[in-house]
Amino acid sequence: MDAIILQILNGLDKGSAYALIALGLTLIFGTLGVVNFAHGALFMIGAFCAVTLSRLLSLSHEVAIPGQVDFLGNPATRDVPYVYDIFGEAAGAAIIDWSVPLAILLAIPVMIAVGVIMERGLIKHFYKRPHADQILVTFGLAIVLQEIIKYYYGANPIPAPAPQAFVGSFDFGALIGFEPGTIIYPYWRLVYFAFAVVIIGAVFAFLQFTTFGMVVRAGMADRETVGLLGINIDKRFTIMFGLAAAVAGLAGVMYAPITSPNYHMGMDFLVLSFVVVVVGGMGSLPGAVLAGFLLGILESFASMREVLEIVPGLNQIIIYLVAIVILLTRPRGLMGRKGVMED
Amino acid sequence: MFGLDKKDGSLLLIVTALVIFAPFLLNPFPEGSALAQFNAGYPDLMQRFVIFGIFAIGFNILFGLTGYLSFGHAAFLGVGSYAAMWMFKLFGMNVLPALALSMIMSALFAVVIGYVSLRRSGIYFSILTLAFAMMSYALAYSVLATDMDGPTQQGLLQKGLTGGETGLQLTLQDPRILGAQTTADGNIPVPTLFGLEMRSATELVLGDWVFTFSAGYYFSAVVMLIAFYLSIRIFRSPFGMVLRSIKSNQQRLTYTGMNPRPYMLAAFVISGMYAGLAGGLMAAMDPLAGPERMFWTASGEVVLMTILGGVGTLIGPVLGAGAIKYMENIISKINSDILHSWFAFLPDGLEDFIVAIIYPFIGKGWHLTLGIIFMLVVIFLPGGLVQGGQKLAALFRRKKQEDTKSATTEPAE
Amino acid sequence: MGLLEVKDVNKRFGGLQALGNVNLSVAEQTVHAIIGPNGAGKSTLLNCLVGKLIPDTGSVMFDGQSVLGRTPFEINQMGISRVFQTPEIFGDLTVMENMLIPCFAKRDGSFALHGIRSVVSEGELRDQAEQMLEDVNMLDKRNMHSASMSRGDKRRLEMAMCLVQNPKLLLLDEPTAGMARADTNNTIDLLKEIKEKRNITIAIIEHDMHVVFSLAERITVLAQGTPLVEDTPENIKGHPKVKEAYLGEAA
Repeated sequence: MDAIILQILNGLDKGSAYALIALGLTLIFGTLGVVNFAHGALFMIGAFCAVTLSRLLSLSHEVAIPGQVDFLGNPATRDVPYVYDIFGEAAGAAIIDWSVPLAILLAIPVMIAVGVIMERGLIKHFYKRPHADQILVTFGLAIVLQEIIKYYYGANPIPAPAPQAFVGSFDFGALIGFEPGTIIYPYWRLVYFAFAVVIIGAVFAFLQFTTFGMVVRAGMADRETVGLLGINIDKRFTIMFGLAAAVAGLAGVMYAPITSPNYHMGMDFLVLSFVVVVVGGMGSLPGAVLAGFLLGILESFASMREVLEIVPGLNQIIIYLVAIVILLTRPRGLMGRKGVMED
Repeated sequence: MFGLDKKDGSLLLIVTALVIFAPFLLNPFPEGSALAQFNAGYPDLMQRFVIFGIFAIGFNILFGLTGYLSFGHAAFLGVGSYAAMWMFKLFGMNVLPALALSMIMSALFAVVIGYVSLRRSGIYFSILTLAFAMMSYALAYSVLATDMDGPTQQGLLQKGLTGGETGLQLTLQDPRILGAQTTADGNIPVPTLFGLEMRSATELVLGDWVFTFSAGYYFSAVVMLIAFYLSIRIFRSPFGMVLRSIKSNQQRLTYTGMNPRPYMLAAFVISGMYAGLAGGLMAAMDPLAGPERMFWTASGEVVLMTILGGVGTLIGPVLGAGAIKYMENIISKINSDILHSWFAFLPDGLEDFIVAIIYPFIGKGWHLTLGIIFMLVVIFLPGGLVQGGQKLAALFRRKKQEDTKSATTEPAE
Repeated sequence: MGLLEVKDVNKRFGGLQALGNVNLSVAEQTVHAIIGPNGAGKSTLLNCLVGKLIPDTGSVMFDGQSVLGRTPFEINQMGISRVFQTPEIFGDLTVMENMLIPCFAKRDGSFALHGIRSVVSEGELRDQAEQMLEDVNMLDKRNMHSASMSRGDKRRLEMAMCLVQNPKLLLLDEPTAGMARADTNNTIDLLKEIKEKRNITIAIIEHDMHVVFSLAERITVLAQGTPLVEDTPENIKGHPKVKEAYLGEAA
């Protein structure tokens, strides 16, 4: 039992990332009818927002240490981040320590801007082109975005640690009445899961309780009718795209401490997120979230040593296998509706 | 000629001529000159031109005719390579049986993958093929790379069927029951065509120019010409026409009494066999097969080639494959020193500025250039280079017509 | 017994009874019109005939065989060709190529792998296709890109594509919908000509009474998913039930 709970917990962080990316993909697909191959790149850019902020905050200048000389006899210096000068040493150190969560504040405007520019500058012109063209142009864009990041940040992963308070693990099992030491879980993963739940909840609440959300949902159900109502769909589409970009970006920011950001992480996640969307049912938001968590947890179970001894490498292919089986038995996915993308 | 009409016949002749004289055509600059780095007439690169040409021709049979965008065609490329390698390991170094097995194996894979993927169309199909290819990659990378040696411990399957990350290589212990296990001097034998080594080459020195004629290149070129010829026949056949009608209006086709699915599957399998053939040739030119050949970037590459050249046209994929492989090779070789030498005539500040602007796009930045070119083509020139050429030709013709028209009307006034 | 026999067909969509106990018999070599107000179930009935929908209960027999559970292409192979309400043609293909596809379907069945044979060498089928194009006065357009033609031409092409297969039954779904009067009259003439020349059976769904009364030999009136009357055009014209169905209870 404890082993099962541990695997479920282990699957939550990846599942959260899948769910968040798949949610954005579905929003864009459902409202704009566009298949966005560059969505993974948005996730990646989000992660690099965290890297960027932590670098910015660590920008330092040299200060001489009074009364000390280095081995050449010059006055010894040490690097003092500018934030220390502004906020004082203690507060400055805390700010640097908390740079990843703080990056959320940076990522929201950046991601919305990136999303809006993408939609206005490029995607807009592809609404009426065939799906293949949409795939191709966003695929090209994904390559360009990831190469730009690679040019500026290099090919190697750059660590972006979580705040000290969340580094390390705690005994989750002991909290819920298991023997101590059986379910050890890292703090940050729990934070990430909670964060994902909040974001997903916010998106659903936004769609459920605002008039904007109502129009979007109506648009997802039947685009033409909503267009006929004379509602300015275009502007809402742009906002929708910005929102989806922000969701992907935030997912990336908070994922940075779990896997050090690298330029190809977006594509790695995108391929799996597409599978998640298809399994959940194209165009179904709850389906995307459900399938994201399910497949994340499934992957975690397949990574257990006991399983890998029987079927080596199962964790690498389990998601694809499940996707194929589901598509063969339930062609519309878990929660897909009739008529979506069936032409 | 060969059952082709005049236009297709001359196209085939032109391509044949280009392929035969490629070692000359691609080496226009003398050795040691500043422009020699733009030469592409060496065997390794020329082989890549024709092999990727085959890959793209096959992909175009599926995407160009039916409009079904497969994002997982690299899986068949990889399967072809592994199959050829196993043929080399088990039976002998002749390339023909190896290529035959490549095509058979990729056809089998294509039947399975196609049967499942073709149950859905549009974006679903693209994602399904992508998922299959990534699964194949994962299988090759880890699942099939575990020690499967039986109790006899011959070492043949010590690294599984695929050899994992390092890939599948030939060893001295391979049985090669129909050929020599080792060469006379104790080395691993190389792929041959009935004794003609694929890596053998002769050089022709004409003054400052050096032209290389490689057996491997000409063998691959012949295979590509056959593949190209067959694709023309398919394009002009009733089968090809039905495939185009699937792209155009699948509903009408079913109400006209045809079942699109077996047509699609046939196109998918043919196209997969082309990819398998290309993969087999890669292994025949350089006996090594690794999982990266199945990665999604490789699938993306063939899509790029086909789009860049011109989807649905006969010559487009060949052009696209050549253009991308050429640019990849040339652009990724340029470094900042070369750039500085090019712009040395400029004042220092301007020189540095221009070099700084161009620098991100060369060398390791080649993929950035590729991505941008690709986006530009999709946005502005969906018909690729072929359409671009046609547009230019039409512009030229119209101008000429206007010239002649004004020339004839003017005197009348 | 008719060429097409529809017996007790019912079809429900959720709570909506789209078809209720439909019985219909189309005799060989007649033009049989199915008319009725909007939402009467005409299109649903048509879709049940061609395999797009499967009725909940009842039977549909064509030429002595059941069509139920067969796919549209199998039903076409049995001898039913369908013309759509908006012309469905292969827009990316030329007119001649559009004509050849149904010829191949007729000769080779639902699947044949002629991957190497050249389309140009199919002399016999090309002759057939050209003959048919001449019959519909479109031979001069044979090399045209079909998507660039007028709607009327597309309609004629679609009809030619159906007729070149020599179907036993031709199903027409509002063949004059959205057409100008002149085009409508042309279509009527074309259909009359086809009927005389080929002696085939035609079932036609139509809104336009002018078309119906110019062509039909038998008329079935559908209302709310059930057939009201089936009779000759003369008797239908004055039938009180028909007036009621079209004009509502008040009339």
